[in-house]
This record gives sequence, C-alpha cells and structure tokens, in this order.
Amino acid sequence: MTSRRKFVQQVAALGTLSAASAIAPSLARAQAAKLRVGLMLPYTGTYAALGTAITQGFNIAVEENGGKLGGRDIEYFTVDDESEPAKATDNANRLVQRDKVDVLVGTVHSGVVMAMVKIARDSGTLLIIPNAGANAATGSQCAPNIFRTSFSNWQPAHPMGKVMYDKGHRKVVTLTWKYGAGEESVESFKEAFTKLGGSIVKEMYLPFPNVEFQAFITEIASLKPDAVFVFFAGGGAIKFTKDYAAAGLKDKIPLYGSGFLTDGTLEAQGASAQGLLTTLHYGDGIENPKNKQFRYAYGKKYGIQADVYAVQGYDAALLLGSGLTAVKGSFGDKKSLYGALEKVKIDSPRGAWTMSRAHNPIQDIYLRRVEGNANQVIGVAWKALEDPARGCKLGA
Amino acid sequence: MEWLIQILNSVQYGLLLFLVASGLTLIFGIMGVINLAHGSFYMIGAYLAFSLAELTGSLWTALPLGIVLAFALGLVLEILLISRLYRRDHLYQVLLTFGLILVFEEMRSILVGDDVHGVAIPALLDASLPLTENLSYPVYRLFISAVCLVLAALMYFTIQKTRLGMMVRAGASNAEMTQALGINIRWIHALVFAAGVALAVFAGMIAAPVSSVFPGMGNQVLIICFVIVVIGGIGSLKGALIASLLIGFVDTFGKVLLPELAGVAVYLLMAIVLLFRPAGLYGRP
Repeated sequence: MTSRRKFVQQVAALGTLSAASAIAPSLARAQAAKLRVGLMLPYTGTYAALGTAITQGFNIAVEENGGKLGGRDIEYFTVDDESEPAKATDNANRLVQRDKVDVLVGTVHSGVVMAMVKIARDSGTLLIIPNAGANAATGSQCAPNIFRTSFSNWQPAHPMGKVMYDKGHRKVVTLTWKYGAGEESVESFKEAFTKLGGSIVKEMYLPFPNVEFQAFITEIASLKPDAVFVFFAGGGAIKFTKDYAAAGLKDKIPLYGSGFLTDGTLEAQGASAQGLLTTLHYGDGIENPKNKQFRYAYGKKYGIQADVYAVQGYDAALLLGSGLTAVKGSFGDKKSLYGALEKVKIDSPRGAWTMSRAHNPIQDIYLRRVEGNANQVIGVAWKALEDPARGCKLGA
Repeated sequence: MEWLIQILNSVQYGLLLFLVASGLTLIFGIMGVINLAHGSFYMIGAYLAFSLAELTGSLWTALPLGIVLAFALGLVLEILLISRLYRRDHLYQVLLTFGLILVFEEMRSILVGDDVHGVAIPALLDASLPLTENLSYPVYRLFISAVCLVLAALMYFTIQKTRLGMMVRAGASNAEMTQALGINIRWIHALVFAAGVALAVFAGMIAAPVSSVFPGMGNQVLIICFVIVVIGGIGSLKGALIASLLIGFVDTFGKVLLPELAGVAVYLLMAIVLLFRPAGLYGRP
C-alpha cells in the first residue's frame, strides 16, 4: 500500500515537474530544487493511528505556510516503518541513500528511532523526531543534526513524583512493561519521588506487550501501598484501568500515571478512567490562541480532534520551517542551519518551548484530570522542565 | 488468602487460553492444517463484539450473530482456499494463512480503523465479589471461566460420544478409508474448520470486555496458542486443556515469584515438557 501511495506521489510530482518545464523552462530552472522530506512513520500496525496523526499535524503546519517550508516547495518520500525495529535500518537507508532526502522525520517506536539515530549520525542527515521518547536519542546518542519535538521518556513521568508526594503519598508501588519507555518512565518517576523522601515499596514489571494484569492487581491489593504509579499505553492502558477498577481498587488505592495512560483511549476506558490524574506535555483545554487555531484547522480538515501526536507532528514542521527560513532555505551551511534550529522558539499549541542543549524540548508538563472524554488540564505540574540529557556532550 | 486468589487468577487465565487454543488444536489435529490466521480470527471476534454490540445494543445479541458469521466465514475460507492445500506440504499452508493475517489486518484497518476500543460488560454481569478488605473479583471473569468449562465438556462429548464425532475421529486417522465407507470427508473437513474458526471468534467476542479491542491483538494470542498446542500434544483437546491450565499457573506465579523470568517462564515450561515428552503431554509420537 505504501509503495503504491509513493508511486502515485512520484508520478504526480513528475507530472507537475514536466508541465512546469514545458510552459516556462527558464522559470523552472531558476527556482530552487524542492525540499526533500522523508517521512518514516508507522502507517500500519499497533501505532498506525499515531503515525497518521503526526503526518496530519505536519501537513497543517505546511499548509499554514502556503505549502512551503523555508520558502521551498516540498517533495515527500513516505515509508511505512510498521514499528518494526528489524526493518528500521533498511527503511531509513532507503530514504537517505536512494531518495537522498534533505531531512528525515520519524518516528513513533523507540527501537526504530534508535536505528534512525544511528543512520543520522553516520550520514549527517538532519533527523527530526516527532514522538519516540528514548532518552538516549537526546542523551548519550545526541548529535548536532538530531532534534526532537516531542519529549524524552524522562520528562512526562518526572513531575508525577512531586505531584504524588504533595498529595501525601509516601509508599508507592510501580508497574510497567519491561521495555525502554516503561523502564525509563518509572526510573524518572522514582528519581523525583524518592528525592523528596517517598519510598518505592515494590517495582513490578511484566513482559511487553503482555496484558494479563490480574496477578499484579492481587499483589497490589495485599501490599496496600498509598498509591500506584504505572506506565502503559494503547490497548494495555485500557485493559489495565478496567481491570484495576473492576478489582475495586480504584477508590481505595489511587492510581496515577504518565499521560499516555489516558491519551486516545478514554472512550474505551469509560468509567474506569474517570478522575485519574496524569502528567503530560499536552492536554485538553489549554488556553492559548495557537492551540485554538490549530485545533480548529485540524478538526476542520480531518474531522477529528487533534491529539498530542498531531501537535508533535505540527511542531516538527514548525521547527523545520523556522530553522530553514533563518538560513534562507539552504542546506549548504549545516552549521548555521543547526544553530538556527537550536535557537528556535516554537510557538506550539502546547505552549511555547525552546530547544535544550541536547536538542530536546524544554517544556511545561501539565497535570491533567480525566473528565468525561477529556484530559482536562488542571495546572502546570512542572514549569519549563529540561531533560538532564545524561551522557550528552553537546553544548556542555 | 493472597495465594488462593492467585490460584483463582491462574485457573481463570488458563481456561481463557484453552478457549482460544482449542480451535487451533482441533484444526491442526484433525485436518493437519497449520493455521497461522487463528490469532486473526480471535481479533476478528473482538472487533465483531465491538461493532455488533454497538449495532444491536447488547453483547447477548451480538454473540449468536457473531458465531453465525464466523461459521460462514470458516466455511467460505475452507471451500475456497484451505481445501486446496490438504495434499500439499505444510509450507503452503503456512504461506496461505500468513497471507490471510495480512489481509485481515488490512481489512480491519480499512473497515474499523486503527483506534483502540472497549466493549462494555453486559449489565447483568457487571458486578464484583468482595474477596478481601480491598480486593474484589469481577463476576464477568468468573462467567468466562464457567463458559469455558461448559464448552470444554460440550466439545469432549461431541467428539467422543456422538456419531458426528466418530466420523470426525475416523476422518482424522484415515481420510481415504473413511471416504470409502461412504462418509463425505470434504464436508467433515469444512465443518471442522468452520467450527475451529467459530471457536476463535467466540473466544475473541467473549474476552473483548476484559481484554479491550486493539490492532495486533491477534498476534499476541497466536504465539501462546501454539505453545499450548505443542505442550498439550498436537490435536489433543485434553492436552490443550491441561497445557492451558499449566501455562495459567506458570505465567501467574512466574510474575509474582520470579518477575525477572516472567517473560520466558512459559517457554521454559515448553522446553522442559518437550525434553521429556517430545510429542507433547498427550500427543501420539
């Protein structure tokens, strides 16, 4: 399906190109070549909805710019990465080597993004990460040509340590999948919570993507902690909140989580998620003109509500656009391009943010409460939170 | 008390696994067909529960509808595709049914989309039994266990005690001789395959309220199903039941006692069983 889509795009691109050169050959030659943007995102598989939202967010920003970024027309090269780490190197190489893209945009899955990071480091191609939170991408593996417009796994979970401590919880059980994002989130929560004086009664893990939680729920009930912190997303998040509520624990041992626990899943979670507190860099009801404008444009064009993934895709295009504008659309002087990207202040629907020395957003993390089908923002859990970027020597 | 509840968790999980794996072992054992698309049928079941419950307003009306649809789908697939492969090597079956996985996933994406969904527990069973001071057990989970037990008994009775079951067993041990005795083996095969599909779809439907409905859910189930079929012995329903319960126990207690090994515990169990009984617990060598 992807290859067909791409084929159609290429034929269309060829068509416009030849038409333009036939009508006004000199004009066509005088214009700068098109900006080659490689989108490597999941369009099938578990994360298909996320890949689509990111692409649509990206498109909204490009459209606001009159179909251009940094004054240049755009030619897209799209690859469906299927969230499949085994195919990641080949897929990224195809875009970099064969399609010779100027910039690589992707992806959702942390395992896939680490392969893209490696290729970006080897080839020097500009990489913009619109979701995957692997700490290393802007930590030990950071590079001058790698930027992220989403979050590091460390970021959304960290403020929850403070939130839960302030609520009076002292003894907490954590539960997550034993894989990168889960472990990094719990680690970051633990760091903040124990620093304040809280203690972790037990850290529980289950293999990814196992969703048989009953054994852990029974154990939580007998450990009787003050509260529980979890990291789950998607189908696992739905099943966990439902199982937790069905076991009668929801009103006895409060449940908290990083925002992905209740993002894009509320309709399916129904009553089981009502009232849950989570932390994330986006939410419903953020009052700023940019958010209003973006949500209106997104809803009008795609007929659905924009989510955090759409915002991250939107910001990826904003970042690329403003960076390129600063260097007049040229990739010739990489150093000044990266310099421009580092200094950019993104006026994002989530609120304005800037780049950290390791090229990760310094952003507000919101505290949200589930009300109906919305993650209502009820405050800022941590203002201008910067990832510690451990192991990154950039700008240090 | 905690341990008693963990035992309950194990049995309950094991029975649910049996419900999904029984269809696979039936098709594998009786027809010799390796059906990789079995997980997809489970996924289709869950999505059917979601769409039909929304259409008809209740899971109770969705269930019979879904089973009829599943049976029809099974018949069509057997007649159009599977029946052409009985005489071929297993590799062809693997290729065909792997292709079916891709087709079903893509169709799911086109028809229902890639979002995750939930199915409401029917009002009648939407309650919890208090077990300890702070833990209660959802009635619907107990209901699933009861349904699995009834179904296991029903399958045992049909295959061991009825005329139809006798024909099925005869067809499994020698198809040509059975045909020579005047039994339409093609019809038997179509029936068994359709029943296997219906079992997987039924499992997906009935599990949907507790498992939720999401893309890729079938692939997770497929692997554990094959583990059960291999441990139990290919084609043995009794073996599948015992293997399912074993896996329920190993998985549940593995998570509690040896969390570091929880990911590999069931595979270790499979390796150990195969070491001593290469054909599985109840398989004919």
